[in-house]
Amino acid sequence: MTPPPGPARRRRRGLVEVLNATFKHWSLLPAVLLFTLLTAYPVVNLLRMAVSTIEFREGGENWSFTPLHNWSLLLADTALAPVVRNTLVFVAVAVAIEMVAGLALALLIGGLARGKAVMRTLMIIPILVPPVAIGSMFKLMFNHDFGFFNQILGWVGIAPVSWLGSTKLALLSVIIVDVWHWVPFIFLILFAAVEGLPKEVLEAARVDGATRGQLLRRVTLPLLMPALTVALVFRAILAFKTFDEVYLLTGGGPGTSSELLSLHLYKVFFEQNQLGYGALLSVFTIIGVLSLMVLARWLTRRWALR
Amino acid sequence: MIKLSAASRAALLGWLMLGLALVVIVGPFLWIAVASFKQPIAILSGTWSFTPTLDNYTDVLLSKRSDFLAGVRNSLIVAAASTAIVLVVGTLAAYSLHRFAWARWVTLGFLGWTLAFHMIPVLTLVGPWYLAFKQLGLYDTRLALILTHVSVNLPMAVWLLMSFFKDIPPEIEQAALVDGCHPLSAFWYVVLPLVVPGLIAAGVLAFVFSWNEFSIALNLVSQSNATVPVVVAKFAQDYEIQHGQMAAASILATIPALVLMVFGQRFIVQGLTMGSVK
Repeated sequence: MTPPPGPARRRRRGLVEVLNATFKHWSLLPAVLLFTLLTAYPVVNLLRMAVSTIEFREGGENWSFTPLHNWSLLLADTALAPVVRNTLVFVAVAVAIEMVAGLALALLIGGLARGKAVMRTLMIIPILVPPVAIGSMFKLMFNHDFGFFNQILGWVGIAPVSWLGSTKLALLSVIIVDVWHWVPFIFLILFAAVEGLPKEVLEAARVDGATRGQLLRRVTLPLLMPALTVALVFRAILAFKTFDEVYLLTGGGPGTSSELLSLHLYKVFFEQNQLGYGALLSVFTIIGVLSLMVLARWLTRRWALR
Repeated sequence: MIKLSAASRAALLGWLMLGLALVVIVGPFLWIAVASFKQPIAILSGTWSFTPTLDNYTDVLLSKRSDFLAGVRNSLIVAAASTAIVLVVGTLAAYSLHRFAWARWVTLGFLGWTLAFHMIPVLTLVGPWYLAFKQLGLYDTRLALILTHVSVNLPMAVWLLMSFFKDIPPEIEQAALVDGCHPLSAFWYVVLPLVVPGLIAAGVLAFVFSWNEFSIALNLVSQSNATVPVVVAKFAQDYEIQHGQMAAASILATIPALVLMVFGQRFIVQGLTMGSVK
């Protein structure tokens, strides 16, 4: 390539030199700008919204400073207690099942001589499928009249059940879908850890006469502990965000029997158009999630020190 | 009864597990795929013997009432653009944090904030985004979705690529610099080619997450800019639920994930597990 003549070439040289000299700074700049504008600014805006009432009029929105109004909405929100309870139950039960099933699968598949690759391929599918498609698929399978689950019950001679339409079963049905969706994720993390276990240590324990139970309790599980902790923390935090599947499956119903936190935020913001109160709830949610994060960090630190 | 040796018992158990996993994971897709070829009557009666029809698919793809193809176009534009931005911005940020001596508060602040943001339910921020984009005149544009998807996927890309950068022996880059390479050329010609697997992993994941993203798209755009998940949800939400179309739309929305699984599997597994194991 022929270099551009004279001054233009010098200017380009200069630009390259400047870019080289300031590489450290301009390389981080776009990410910082993006995060400031798209995440930090909205969070600050949330604080402003939380003390305001925002109404849409013709030609724009109308903000008024009404800090107490949003607190009174909070106290009057009868759905809030069930929503918090549902969310805690959902996270605890779903994540517990996913951890146990994921660990069992990882250990069993890890011990196989063949079929590991096939298994891993299969397990990726639910993670990559759009959650909305999963919700819509299971909504069909939970259908009272022709759904797959009631078909199975029919084969065994049990009367059809209203999976999504009864206050007792709705949350359980959402949990079933979540377990189907996320056991593979736990499996992938733990499977990678199982494959990375030091073979010599396990072999030494076996040679020393450890039974299968002892091997699992005393050697394998302690070695897997870091991966287990990471999987648990990751999954629990993601479980708090669950929205798509519930939105499609039950819409939080019947009543509030399966309404989770994210869905409630959606309803307050976009169905009831309470942007101020929604912001107040969001602030509490963020504080709650961040405290959990700090707690999890503290717990894992303590675990690491022991 | 036949007595089995321990080894063959383990093998049998293995095959059983595989079979079970196959049924549990693939079963729902098969059931839905079968339903998607049924006429409404065959679906409602739950029969297994029926004459297959493509009506549901032609209805989802071609009918005037359906926005599916427009949704595919919107999703492709949003996912491709946001993935490209995520890769460029994320690679530069990850390299900068990894390579240069930033003050501790900068590194910790940046990583801490992205981590915190990654954990917050995204619906807490959709409200402020909605207001901000309305003020900027970006409400109901694909640009709004592209920007928000970038911010959602950027943390994942930065962490993932940082762990890939850390795997490169520092001597390689030092050798290039000693030989008179500029920092920029060292980055471009020496370091970047070594993290191509990381770029693919981050790219595939960012694309899939953007393609699948629902809660932002539901609230920041209306019908004409709706993405595939919003369109799929509509089939399940309408007052007269069309079961056949719902099944067909779910299957169609799943195809890109399956294609990526076939071609990008190694990178996806690496991407999904790497951040957590390290």
